[in-house]
Amino acid sequence: MEHIIKNGIVYDPLNEVNGEQMDICIKDGKIVDSVSEDANVTDASGQIIMPGGVDPHTHIAGAKVNVGRMIRPEDSKKDAESLAGIKRAGSGFSVPSTFMTGYRYAKMGYTTAMEAAMPPLLARHTHEEFVDTPIIDHAAYPLFGNNWFVMDYLKEGDLDKCAAYVSWLLKSTKGYTIKIVNPAGTEAWAWGGNVHGINDPAPYFDVTGADIIKGLAEVNEMLGLPHPIHLHCNDLGHPGNYETTLASFDIPKGIKVNPKHGSREAVLYATHVQFHSYGGTNWRDFVSEAPKIADYVNKNDHIVIDVGQVTLDETTTMTADGPMEYDLHTLNGLKWANCDVELETGSGVVPFLYSPRAPVPSAQWGVGLELFLLVNDPGKICLTTDSPNAGPFTRYPRVMAWLMSNRYRTDMIENKIHKWAQRKTSIATLDREYSLYEIAQISRSTPAKVLGLSDTKGHLGVGADADISIFNFNPETQDPSADYMAVEEALSNASYVFKDGEIVVKDGAVVNIGIHGRTYWVNSLYDAELEKQVEAEVEKVFKQYYSVNFANYPVQDEYLPRSNPVNGVME
Amino acid sequence: MSEIILTPKEQPQVPLEANTITPDSFAGKNIDEISNIAIWNGNKQFRLSEFFDVQGESAENPSEIKIIIDGDIYNTKRIGQSMTAGEITVKGNANMYVGAEMDGGKITVEGNVGSWAGQDMKGGELTVLGNAGDYVGSAYRGDWRGMSGGLITIHGNVGNEIAEYMLGGKMVIKGNVAIMPGIHMNGGLLIIEGNVVARTGGEMKGGTIVVKGVIDEFLAGFKYLGVERNIEVEGEIIEGAFYKFKGDLATKGASGIVYAAVAGNGHIVPK
Amino acid sequence: MELVKNVVCPFCGTLCDDIICKVEDNEIVGTKNACRIGHSKFVHAEGAERYRKPLMRKSGELVEVSMDEAIDKAATILAESKRPLMYGWSCTECDAQAVGVELAEEARAVIDNTASVCHGPSVLALQDVGYPICTFGEVKNRADVVVYWGCNPMHAHPRHLSRNVFGRGFFRDRGRPDRTLIVVDPRKSDSSKLADIHLQLDFNKDYELLDAMRAVLLGHEILYDEVAGIPREKIYEVVDALKNAQFGILFFGMGITHSRGKHRNIDTAIMLVEDLNDSAKFTLIPMRGHYNVTGFNQVCTWESGYPYCVDFSTGTPRYNPGETGSNDLLQNKETDGMMVIASDPGAHFPQKALERMAEIPVIAIEPHRTPTTEMADVVIPPAIVGMETDGTAYRMEGVPIRMRKVVDSGLLPDREILKRILKKVKEIKAASK
Repeated sequence: MEHIIKNGIVYDPLNEVNGEQMDICIKDGKIVDSVSEDANVTDASGQIIMPGGVDPHTHIAGAKVNVGRMIRPEDSKKDAESLAGIKRAGSGFSVPSTFMTGYRYAKMGYTTAMEAAMPPLLARHTHEEFVDTPIIDHAAYPLFGNNWFVMDYLKEGDLDKCAAYVSWLLKSTKGYTIKIVNPAGTEAWAWGGNVHGINDPAPYFDVTGADIIKGLAEVNEMLGLPHPIHLHCNDLGHPGNYETTLASFDIPKGIKVNPKHGSREAVLYATHVQFHSYGGTNWRDFVSEAPKIADYVNKNDHIVIDVGQVTLDETTTMTADGPMEYDLHTLNGLKWANCDVELETGSGVVPFLYSPRAPVPSAQWGVGLELFLLVNDPGKICLTTDSPNAGPFTRYPRVMAWLMSNRYRTDMIENKIHKWAQRKTSIATLDREYSLYEIAQISRSTPAKVLGLSDTKGHLGVGADADISIFNFNPETQDPSADYMAVEEALSNASYVFKDGEIVVKDGAVVNIGIHGRTYWVNSLYDAELEKQVEAEVEKVFKQYYSVNFANYPVQDEYLPRSNPVNGVME
Repeated sequence: MSEIILTPKEQPQVPLEANTITPDSFAGKNIDEISNIAIWNGNKQFRLSEFFDVQGESAENPSEIKIIIDGDIYNTKRIGQSMTAGEITVKGNANMYVGAEMDGGKITVEGNVGSWAGQDMKGGELTVLGNAGDYVGSAYRGDWRGMSGGLITIHGNVGNEIAEYMLGGKMVIKGNVAIMPGIHMNGGLLIIEGNVVARTGGEMKGGTIVVKGVIDEFLAGFKYLGVERNIEVEGEIIEGAFYKFKGDLATKGASGIVYAAVAGNGHIVPK
Repeated sequence: MELVKNVVCPFCGTLCDDIICKVEDNEIVGTKNACRIGHSKFVHAEGAERYRKPLMRKSGELVEVSMDEAIDKAATILAESKRPLMYGWSCTECDAQAVGVELAEEARAVIDNTASVCHGPSVLALQDVGYPICTFGEVKNRADVVVYWGCNPMHAHPRHLSRNVFGRGFFRDRGRPDRTLIVVDPRKSDSSKLADIHLQLDFNKDYELLDAMRAVLLGHEILYDEVAGIPREKIYEVVDALKNAQFGILFFGMGITHSRGKHRNIDTAIMLVEDLNDSAKFTLIPMRGHYNVTGFNQVCTWESGYPYCVDFSTGTPRYNPGETGSNDLLQNKETDGMMVIASDPGAHFPQKALERMAEIPVIAIEPHRTPTTEMADVVIPPAIVGMETDGTAYRMEGVPIRMRKVVDSGLLPDREILKRILKKVKEIKAASK
């Protein structure tokens, strides 16, 4: 099937196309130079064209996500959709059901979304949900930061074995990157504790967060993984945590970047940094330290961050940071789910109301926007809400509109939210406005590049996957700064979305499911002999301390209907 | 007040769902249009006139409309759901969710009603002359925010877990109650004129429960505060002598109050 | 004889995955590592009477029919009912359950699983107050205080104790001696005999005892000298044991989910566990019965947003156990057509529900002759999951394991039967538009 999209106004940062009117040609799911006269024509005159959106950090599939759905029927009741034609029914405002997740990403022009936390023992669950998540390409990040094998190998100083283990586990779980969450802290939570900062060792294992970050950052480059280590720092959400954050950022500095696939420059990806940019000592004397964090990012090239922007909604928090969720539950008194996973990780889920009239959420809103507006290079910062933690992904268009319109922000600050946004952060003093080109960077090109997928994702050059979003907003006649409601509306309801060269969304409605999304995972082989040796060691531990048999642990191929391995180091 | 009279035809085996029978949905429609309003019978939709004869006169404003359901609709659910104004009278029984999520106006059911009457009620008045099922004035599953306003009066007996997660408003039960009235209650006033089987105020954190009848069994997690006479609750004086308890201290920070009439309840006071 | 290793047992929610099956001539003739119940399931696939051909009731008798005729009839019943009910699901794998949810949407049915009559109250409770759990390995490696409340694992989950309590774990290298075992049960049982503390409370007083324990945990006096038949001092002693745990676990079963107050017993038990985390580390796991009852709740939740009792009658999923549960719909005579799969309500539902089942058309997708098939108008026999076909199941605490196929039966798996019914329902619905 051939398509040609005519006369759109194109924003394609990886190819340095900034608002030029041009045609896009599609053949067999890819972007090509030209098509025949038989090509199906889509007229995009006066409309924005961008690559399909890429979400580098979201929670959409797996055990804790489903617990988030299961414990919140009241969240499902307020947002349900009917079976309609090709579309399955579903429900959930903050944690939509799988089908709705696929449709809602597609509707906003997003075509790739990454599940940011997968407990290895429960990996099969994540992949089962991916099977039921239509349209979007995806990958899952297995959790390594509190893994017994990792901690033992790092304690022994055996980076080679650690690398062989990581390589084996990525293959076994069909995982994509090294995810680290509150390193050493979640293991401490298995005994009801936590660690404070990066130098506080995990009980028994006696390795610190700093050891784990450093070791895994080195392993990441030894394996040549497409993405840098993906770090959720210690002390999330605590006033005064910015010092831990800055110290964590510094740990992998100097490690040589070595991707075998893609062209990333960073050796550290730090996630939902908004939650890690707090000063003060408690919630009374709390202040934003986002300017210091942004300054660090501006001055260093080894790091890319995402924000975790608070959207001021009632939502559901969920993370592998078990102790943080318990703290949150004791703070807000709402229902609390938790799952400690043997030898590997933990998780927690708590509903949260980010009321715009409340002081702390309003300040958090300001902190996130400060990060966006104070980091100078949109090549170093990605748009996320850590969905659904700081708000559901369906609010991305609103966040984009806030970034493009100082008027929109001013209206929020002056009329809609608590004065702490002004008192505790500098947001009211920032008048920078993102251009559409910069929006395309933080939501398309920057995440695609740091994920190591920018050969086929996040751009519209020849050879890219034909994942394309078109929005009915005319930048030549409309100004996003003034018409912020119009731009939010347009970005919420794409006029067309192409996925793998097929029209899947038209006029804001899903019209076609297309082919199933790809599951990206890392295929590497660090050292065949060593991997075999490590596997034998792991098998022995399995027999004694795991509750499933070694042979039943790895995720079978049946769970990946469209498997897309990405190579790391291959022996 | 314009009266619209719905005379029920035979009730089907599979229940009707008639959340469209409200003054809000009838307002501004003529009788023909009202007859054509859709209601659900299982998984199929029908016109209201399939199951009701519709007569009378409508009005522009819901507050000027009184709907009289002239017969028994024991197998019809969701009467008056989400209504904000006007009146509904049911001259018979009704099924589940009568007045659920109602925000204003007045509903009177002359017979019995099913469970979840007045669920998540925000305002208005719901009166049932017969009995009600479980979960009168409760919250939806999983929600910690239940009935927040309005008045529910049940003249007969009720089932389990009434006033579950109640936040505000007032509920009066003139008959007897099964178990767990005021479970997880956080505010508001529940007055029970009859007897309670057990677990009054289980896990309550706030609000007030007054029981004028006999409580068979009481929870050990409350603190006994002594006898009070002619108690004042939410601005009203209730005459008589009451044992006063605070709890349920099984829950953190609990300060709910249970008053139990001295007459008949000596057995729940610690020795 | 061939030995097939690492087989997953399709019996209880403990989902043991270390079974060795001895296979001769495409038949399982013996097992290793399985408990007596699991063993019996493996070697008695034929049961009392195994169906191999679809059946339909004609003139009162079940007679063999073609697969097409049976599928047509099943689809017609679902498509023509105003309030169809699709019940069961707990003894099949997740792909079949997923097709089931899609079929429920198409047929605008209510879909519900056996949780409705076992741990449904636990689901309602976790929706109100939360769900702090852990995986089995955490119990084995860390737990020093283990509580079984309202369950008798020695009978219902025979390897549960050996895997979680007697087993040696990383931080509990002596196994049983490193742990305090508390059993709460009004009766003496084979499990309570093994306990260090047996709290023999009065029947139907779980909530009362838990309320007292929670108040004591928070440092309050309680009103009475004895609660639920347990003396005040004993309550203090047990609460002390719980709050001094390094890692505690509460396993709870049907004895508490179905005693007076049902989900409120679990609600307050969960809150006890949550509050214990102020001083100890404490978690819980429901003792789920059927091997994949948990899987259905997972699949149904990720597809519809709700775990069971999901009503698709208006096209949009709605949920309210008490209204949309199988027994509610049967006993209130709301449902007018029923499909049963992978369970046997004919043997387990109350009389009033069975009376309604007798009045309405019933489809049974079931390998054996059961009380349910005796009431059915259509019977379609599938391959048995975990023995004759593969697929995913979720262990009671949510660990997903792939069930293995050990022998061939020549029968269609549940998922294929359901896909055929789904296709037919779509055709009927399209034709009626």
